[in-house]
Amino acid sequence: MSTSITGRSLVDDLPDPDDHGNPHEGDRAGTGRWGDRLFGGAAKGSGIFVVLLVSLVGFFLVIQAVPSLMNNNANFLTSTEWIPSGSNPRFGIAALLWATVITSVIAMAIAVPLGVAVALFITEYAPTWLSKPAAVIIDLLAAVPSIVFGFWGLSVAGQYFEPVKAFMAEYLGWIPFFADAGPSAKSTLAFAGIILAFMILPIITAISREVFNQVPTAHKEGALALGATKWEMIRTAVLPFGKPGVISGAMLGLGRALGETLAVMILLSALNPNAPWSFSIFNGGETFASKIALNAGEFDSPQKTGAYIAAGLVLFILTFVVNSIARVVINRRKAFSE
Amino acid sequence: MISKRIGLVASVALVGSLALAGCGSDNTTGTDTGTSGSASGSAAASEAPKADCFSGTVNAEGSSAQKNAIEEAIASYGEACKDAKLNYNPTGSGAGIKQFIAGQVDFAGSDSALKTEGKDGAQSEAAQAEAFCGSPAWNLPMVTGPIAIAFNVKGVDKLVITPAVAADIFSGKVTTWNDPKIAEINKGATLPATAIKVFFRSDESGTTENFTKYLKAAAADAWTADASKKWTGAGEGKEKSAGVAEGVKSTDGGITYVEWSYAKDNKLGIASVDNGGGAVELNGESVGKAVAAAKQSGTGNDLALKLDYATKEAGAYPIILVTYEIVCSKNKDAEKGKNIKAFLKHFGSADVQKGLEEIGYAPLPKEVEDKVLTAIDALS
Repeated sequence: MSTSITGRSLVDDLPDPDDHGNPHEGDRAGTGRWGDRLFGGAAKGSGIFVVLLVSLVGFFLVIQAVPSLMNNNANFLTSTEWIPSGSNPRFGIAALLWATVITSVIAMAIAVPLGVAVALFITEYAPTWLSKPAAVIIDLLAAVPSIVFGFWGLSVAGQYFEPVKAFMAEYLGWIPFFADAGPSAKSTLAFAGIILAFMILPIITAISREVFNQVPTAHKEGALALGATKWEMIRTAVLPFGKPGVISGAMLGLGRALGETLAVMILLSALNPNAPWSFSIFNGGETFASKIALNAGEFDSPQKTGAYIAAGLVLFILTFVVNSIARVVINRRKAFSE
Repeated sequence: MISKRIGLVASVALVGSLALAGCGSDNTTGTDTGTSGSASGSAAASEAPKADCFSGTVNAEGSSAQKNAIEEAIASYGEACKDAKLNYNPTGSGAGIKQFIAGQVDFAGSDSALKTEGKDGAQSEAAQAEAFCGSPAWNLPMVTGPIAIAFNVKGVDKLVITPAVAADIFSGKVTTWNDPKIAEINKGATLPATAIKVFFRSDESGTTENFTKYLKAAAADAWTADASKKWTGAGEGKEKSAGVAEGVKSTDGGITYVEWSYAKDNKLGIASVDNGGGAVELNGESVGKAVAAAKQSGTGNDLALKLDYATKEAGAYPIILVTYEIVCSKNKDAEKGKNIKAFLKHFGSADVQKGLEEIGYAPLPKEVEDKVLTAIDALS
């Protein structure tokens, strides 16, 4: 209201021959209208609502978790025990954190390169008659419920992973990371990671595709005109332009992988309480989400509930941290590319 | 164009409902066929008359172990009484009791009787339930679910297991199928050198609790851990009964403890158990014997049972799980009390109980059934 959009100019300060009043005061159009106010208010309200919602979730988790954490007799961050109730509660999240992170890392290691490759194929290589249907089919993959992925992995795909696991455990088993820890192939962290990769693939592909489509033709033709081959053009023009978008997509995918519950719960074998600690990806385990979901039916005391909620809180923080890092990376890239 | 779409939607809906109807109807036959021969004199007298109907809704929640049984009873009751609406939500025993105490459901199903000792400083379940009801809450044993020791070993279809050997297997001390300890009690069977893969319930479960109670009671030397809902032995954990059964089915050398129905449905081998009185096969009769041998730990009409897992009685299958319906002995809402009573009477009746055997449960033995029906009659 106080300054006009175009800024002050000398002409505005001259006396108006037709006496239309001071142009700096405007005619109160725009900002005063109902539609504007309503929309502005609704948008503001939605923004506040979401922030409030997230804060309340965090607040709720903290309130419920604190009393249990105070009673905990083990180190919450480094212990692998999980005895949340009784007179001597001892619980820690180390094993859960490991299983959650490693399955997500495996999923990302597979899904990001694959997703980007698929998106590049659709936007750059595929003929037009193929690219549209291919895009639709991949988007459709995102609509498959996670439990279906879980069952598919358990009853169909799992058996084909057995030879892969056997091969890797045989030749790479001397590295603790690949040691055969016992459970059948379909119940391992590695296979859960693979299934998670399928689940997050459509998200990464869809977002990458969108950004690759927006690469200015001038950039691409410029590269080609300078004598770049198609691959060089993609490397020098498409990928740098699309990087922030790809990272955003990857982070959305990672968020889903970290929080995925049902598929992981169906697939993974839980470790028995006496199992020795192992770094192997061919071991079973439980993620934060799968552990909470699995035991939610038996939350019979506030102490126990609090222990699981504390684990949920860690997942909440983990996701938050990962997203923040992604933000920072994206913002830095933006600074470079503009 | 639009009409075409509507047609498409309608046809999808039609096919869907037909498919669902197909699923729903096949379970009910068992109850009707089992009526004639077996109903003895007193059972016939106390049998719920078909006319004992109510109109209204009764909600219950709890143990997933009795889910199929109560659904069967609900289906047959619904057939006789069209206006009665019964819902059972199989969320787990703990959740069921919690909802019952909070007044969210009318009765609870549970794998274990209400605990009379508090946990983590809280009031005991029994005290909380009594406070809610304004009268003592009763545990009524209604469904007996045997726990099978289910195995999948190539070339072995019969297996005898003693509590001591079971404890060694499930605690990871015996690791191959041709271990002399197993061979000794299975003379004549050819046992392969396959590794034993134990599967356990990764969720907290009444099945685990009852199975470990059995191991603890019958083989205290070999099984040192306390009985609990959470597994403390060896092996790899799978989600719920379906998960462990699937695990054993897809793994040569696999063994688990699971409700009878899951072992049967997955066509797994079921071990006979030798508690010292000879090997006992798992069937309705052998389970009934074990239930009849149980002592009542509740007083009066509170029929909480204390199972004798170490029983050496010949022909009694010892690893069983009794699930209870937990009810207020006097309901605040008299109408509701009548409705619950009418349904439970039907559930406890001889012909419904008899029909349960086909879906993997064992009927209550007559002496327990009579007590249960007496207690139900005293409900209000």
